[in-house]
Amino acid sequence: MTLAGRILLGLVLLFLYAPIAVMVLMAFNASELYSLPMVPTLHWFEALAGNDKLLAASRNSVAIALATAVLATTLGTMAALALSRQAFWGRSLLQLLLLPPIAIPWLITGTAMLVFFFWTGIGRGLHAMILGHVALAIPYVVLVVGTGLRSLRADLEEAAVSLGSTPIHAFFAITLPLLAPSLIAAALFAFAVSLDQFVVSYFLATPGMSTLPVEIYSSIRKGFTPEINAISTLLLAASVGLFVVSAILTRMGGEPERR
Amino acid sequence: MTAAPMSRPDRRRALGTAALLLPAYGWLLVTVFLPLGAMVVFSFLKTTPIGGSKPLVFTTHNYLAFIERPYLVDVAWTSLRLGFWTTLLCALIGLPAALALARATRGRFRQVLFLLTVLPFWTNGLVRTFSWTMLLREGGILDDALHLVWPSAGSIGLLYTFPAIVIGLVHAYLPYMILTCYLAVSSIEDGLIDAARSLGARGPAVFLTVILPLALPGLVSGAILIFVPVIGSFMEPRILGGRIGVTMGTVIEDQFTQAYNWPLGAALSFTMLGVVLVIFALFSSVLRGRLMPAAA
Repeated sequence: MTLAGRILLGLVLLFLYAPIAVMVLMAFNASELYSLPMVPTLHWFEALAGNDKLLAASRNSVAIALATAVLATTLGTMAALALSRQAFWGRSLLQLLLLPPIAIPWLITGTAMLVFFFWTGIGRGLHAMILGHVALAIPYVVLVVGTGLRSLRADLEEAAVSLGSTPIHAFFAITLPLLAPSLIAAALFAFAVSLDQFVVSYFLATPGMSTLPVEIYSSIRKGFTPEINAISTLLLAASVGLFVVSAILTRMGGEPERR
Repeated sequence: MTAAPMSRPDRRRALGTAALLLPAYGWLLVTVFLPLGAMVVFSFLKTTPIGGSKPLVFTTHNYLAFIERPYLVDVAWTSLRLGFWTTLLCALIGLPAALALARATRGRFRQVLFLLTVLPFWTNGLVRTFSWTMLLREGGILDDALHLVWPSAGSIGLLYTFPAIVIGLVHAYLPYMILTCYLAVSSIEDGLIDAARSLGARGPAVFLTVILPLALPGLVSGAILIFVPVIGSFMEPRILGGRIGVTMGTVIEDQFTQAYNWPLGAALSFTMLGVVLVIFALFSSVLRGRLMPAAA
């Protein structure tokens, strides 16, 4: 049972990682047709430096992801504080309303944004993509910060208030520092959700203002170049780095009481 | 709130709660809920109101698309088959993998394996899908690897076939199933299985009577998390299916990016959501019918 289970897990991991490994290998392979045997080269990374379109799209992606991380973490944390600290009429309905951005296929959310933004004159472009990405990230932030808040003792803040601190001061002096690991994890999550988001960006991008995934999609449809493998490898390294950091932080956020 | 007059601290607290909630829900209202409402209105329009100030004409015509364009029934059938096979394969691989993770590994080793199974989520889906084209195409890496072992073998050449799309989608969504099943299965105590064994249950009986019922919530939520986005997927079918990859997702995408028939695209989107909801309603009543006698 144990051996069979481990073999199965090994095969599943092989299946999950094979395409990712292939992508990284091909980024370092000289052949333009992705054929073996492997001839190592850094050529595609060098070519990347001269590809203004991809670089501009990458800069947009990072800018949108940063804006999304800041905005979604701020708004989501405020909502999480209200939702997890007090019982009030309509709370479960509000919690339910966090589901549609996650559960409705992005194709439908994305096209709905396109239609509505067009109709109201909000239009497409950078601001539209930030609007969309923040909406998709807010539910995740509420979830992550809400979990962090639950493991945090509310009586610490109450103690500070009863000792003469104003609620706002108590929040900034006590709760916020204790909540920091959850906040950073939520921000990283929001950043990653935005960085990898394709469908919503695809409908809200304009020819002059697109993101890396949108550019990758259009170049796949036109005929892919190995430069895409190179930039994807960099993107992968960034995503994995963020994931590892947030995994460590959420574990820290999960057990602050034991210190 | 009840009609009873609020004391001053209560009112301040309520105002504070509202002030904390307003920005996030206001944002969601403008970017998700109002747009979905606008989509409903659009789906009843006769033409896309782009350019000019033509009067809006309302019609239910767009919802009859499936009757007037019979090819759409085939397209919907392709999407449903993709959803079915992807969900089934994810369940068949994901539940055993979750069981193996929960029962055959321990401590730090288990944590590392668990992180490794969810890590692919954090890589770009487009890039992963494209990597499959490098693996699956005729003369691709899978073929190369096969010829190293067995030089006279033919080509696998799966790219631009239905199975290629399923492989790509299973790859994209398998971590969801492993995650939900793992959460359900990891709460099963060893004692429970030992008890079943000591009462004479064999392996298959233990699986059917102890493990499967307890894993069912994980399987169901995994299935929902996978089936819904697969039905709406358009990027994977396009890249891995080529000409045969015509799904509800790609047809809807075309209405918005190529044909500029937004009302039809909106109507097709809601029809698709409706079909998914009906399937889940049927599915959940079947499940409840199956579970009730067992519970009684």
